[in-house]
Amino acid sequence: MTNIIDVKNISYSYGKTEALKNISCKIEAGDFVGLVGPNGGGKTTFAKILLGLLPFDYGNITIADQEITTFNNFQKIGYLPQKHTGINPIFPACVEEVVLLGLLSNKKYQKKIKGADWQKVEDILENLGIKNLKGKMLSELSGGQQQKVLLARALISNPKILILDEPSTALDPNSREQFFTILKDLNNQKKTTIILITHDTGYIGKYANKLLYIDRKLVFFGKIKDFCPSGEVESCFEKSDKHIIWHQHN
Amino acid sequence: MIDIIQILQYSFIQKAFISGSFVAITCSSLGLFLVLRKMSLIGDGLSHVSFGAIALGLFFGLYPLYVAIPVVILSSILILKISEKARIYGDAAIGIVSAVGIASGIILASVSRGFNVDLFSYLFGNILAISNNEAILSIILSLIVLLVIYFFYWDLFSATFDEEYAKTTGIKTNFINTLLTILTAITVVLSIKIVGIMLVSALLILPAVTALQISKKFKTTLFLGGIISLISVILGITVSYILDLPPGATIVMLNAIFFALALTYKKITKN
Repeated sequence: MTNIIDVKNISYSYGKTEALKNISCKIEAGDFVGLVGPNGGGKTTFAKILLGLLPFDYGNITIADQEITTFNNFQKIGYLPQKHTGINPIFPACVEEVVLLGLLSNKKYQKKIKGADWQKVEDILENLGIKNLKGKMLSELSGGQQQKVLLARALISNPKILILDEPSTALDPNSREQFFTILKDLNNQKKTTIILITHDTGYIGKYANKLLYIDRKLVFFGKIKDFCPSGEVESCFEKSDKHIIWHQHN
Repeated sequence: MIDIIQILQYSFIQKAFISGSFVAITCSSLGLFLVLRKMSLIGDGLSHVSFGAIALGLFFGLYPLYVAIPVVILSSILILKISEKARIYGDAAIGIVSAVGIASGIILASVSRGFNVDLFSYLFGNILAISNNEAILSIILSLIVLLVIYFFYWDLFSATFDEEYAKTTGIKTNFINTLLTILTAITVVLSIKIVGIMLVSALLILPAVTALQISKKFKTTLFLGGIISLISVILGITVSYILDLPPGATIVMLNAIFFALALTYKKITKN
């Protein structure tokens, strides 16, 4: 397997507060990585660094054989942000307009939208079973529906890497199961590399093949079975809080 | 009816209709982005800056709007830089720059003692007194602003909807933010002749918030805001001429009536 993301000794500080120190990991194409850690442990910061939203202080990152500082294959990365609750309630954006924004990464100036682009929007909405929401205003939808729309936006460019920041928080148990099944199918069928930030360790045990555990420093990176040979991932996390495992799998 | 046909034959009315229409559509288009970004008051702040810039032009005997355009553009960039570098909220940065603009205008007016009447005529504007050069300038600048919005439509939409996500798709959001601020500066100066410094922000905000009450799609909201703004300017000029009212204030009052009607419509349809 080839490394699609190669992170070497990344450090990042918010002012004088060190948020991440010497994080290294090599994520292979097709990995499903559960990114975990305590609140304030640097999970979202790490994801934002991978997305090019935060400039790191030290280290080096390569994504799809391209240095992150010069990275311009934006269509290769899909992103589902955490703050879907921050959607402006008066913004008059309907579902198809929002999903279309995911295609802008494929376009240079001037970003002309063609009939084929709208067809892609239709297709992805149909694949996710939300075609009926096409003309609805995003802010009028339920949390679960909004999450699916934003997932459609992340997937429409057919990304090689999908980064999701706590996507299941607004979902009821049924929608959550459905959501993770969609992710697993993507991972299995399209070999999409998935990096999933979550506190839901049960789902990590069920769906992810690797674990990236960050608490400002790297606590663990490697296969789930190396972190938790018993397969009882939730109980392994309870233990690891008391006996932090220092292990790096490259 | 005869009155309306008659007034259409006056060249000053024709000029007012044409230039007013361009500025109306420009204001409403830009206003929608500003309202959704919670930057509605930047128009107000920049109009205050233009008060100082117009005073500067009059002080040095230069054509005031030619001085106002670069000064207001530079001030708009200054607002962006102050809020970035001094780590203060945008409204505080607008407050600082707008206060300095007003203060400079007052000092220049006081020192010169000769152009107070001219300066105060810009406070309330008068589209019926627009000159040929001013009409041409407002049409050209409106076209430039509208073309830029057309060219960067999806970038502006994406950066306004979710700036962080827009960055992940490769959109240069800092450039888009600066562009939007510069376009606002140009539009504010253009609107001064129509509604005056005191009422510029109304032309930016009211058509956009009116359209927002009715529409659920971004593009429709943009078009609807343009139509509302256009109707209010055309109707405002006509009514003000017939009833001998100040055109700027009439246009703003019509916009406010449209807003009230849209709110009522929304309430009725919701029930």
